[in-house]
Amino acid sequence: MKLFIERENKHNEMDFKGSVKELLQKLEINPETVLVVKNDALVQEDEALQNTDVVKLISVISGG
Amino acid sequence: MKCKQCPQNAVFQDLCKHHFILDFEKKVKDTIKKYKLLDKKESVVVACSGGKDSLTTLYLLKKFHGNVTALAIDEGIHGYRSKTLEDLKQFCEKHKITYKIVSFKEDFGKTLDVMMTDKKNPCTVCGTLRRNLLNKYAQGYDKIATGHNMDDESQAILMNLLKNQTPLLHTLGPKSDKKSMFVQRIKPLYFCSEKEVAAYALLQNFGVHFAECPNAKDSYRAKVRDALNVYASEHHDVKRNILESFLAIKPHLKKQSLHVNQEKFIELAG
Repeated sequence: MKLFIERENKHNEMDFKGSVKELLQKLEINPETVLVVKNDALVQEDEALQNTDVVKLISVISGG
Repeated sequence: MKCKQCPQNAVFQDLCKHHFILDFEKKVKDTIKKYKLLDKKESVVVACSGGKDSLTTLYLLKKFHGNVTALAIDEGIHGYRSKTLEDLKQFCEKHKITYKIVSFKEDFGKTLDVMMTDKKNPCTVCGTLRRNLLNKYAQGYDKIATGHNMDDESQAILMNLLKNQTPLLHTLGPKSDKKSMFVQRIKPLYFCSEKEVAAYALLQNFGVHFAECPNAKDSYRAKVRDALNVYASEHHDVKRNILESFLAIKPHLKKQSLHVNQEKFIELAG
């Protein structure tokens, strides 16, 4: 799975199969702080992710 | 998962894109109506940073109210503000909204970066100077709308409580008090969480960069925000509950603050 973590401006490639919720748990990212985009579409925490997916984690914290 | 209201796939809060947008806009409309934020005949300027919150406020007030003006302040924060102001310019041109950009350098002679060389707490200085310029350039308008959301407000309430600054607490809320020197401020996104606003801006393709101000990363607010978000991940209503509790006690806080100010006045006069 191709993964882009916007806040860290970091591109990763990882082996992962599971839900969005499980991915965030694995990465230790608080779901309150990100939106998850799978293959260019916003998805919820119950969405299943496959190794072929392109996933973006967009930080919702902005401004100052 | 399917949308709660139609057979489409849910994208956020168990709603499809269409129903989430309707739900979000209704929430903002209801806030404006309930707290009498903006009358049809009133003029409004929207304080804009070019981030998701201010662009959402600008877009919705244009949609609901019609004539709006965007007012942006370039504090002079290297590597941050120029990007968000570029987003704002593009947004205003696309949606045919008049905008004005003023700057710390023009009004105060220095950028924030220069003012804060070797100094701490840039957010406190920046906030005070920004409020000053907003008020100055909003003269002649009936209201200033800001993009403050439920996360911003719940953090501000907690920050005041944690620092025992209760006399300042009553100044928070969806609408500021009317004062002769200051243009009244309104917060149409008061009951929308930061994540909801981000989802709305993303689904509406506003094209904003979801960037955090580099000065804000180590601020006191950021510490309160992170702690609150940890708690909110398990207790989803906590931010809304903080606002509701605050609004319930706000009239008493205001009375108490007036009383404290009167006592201070008598003490000084005596």
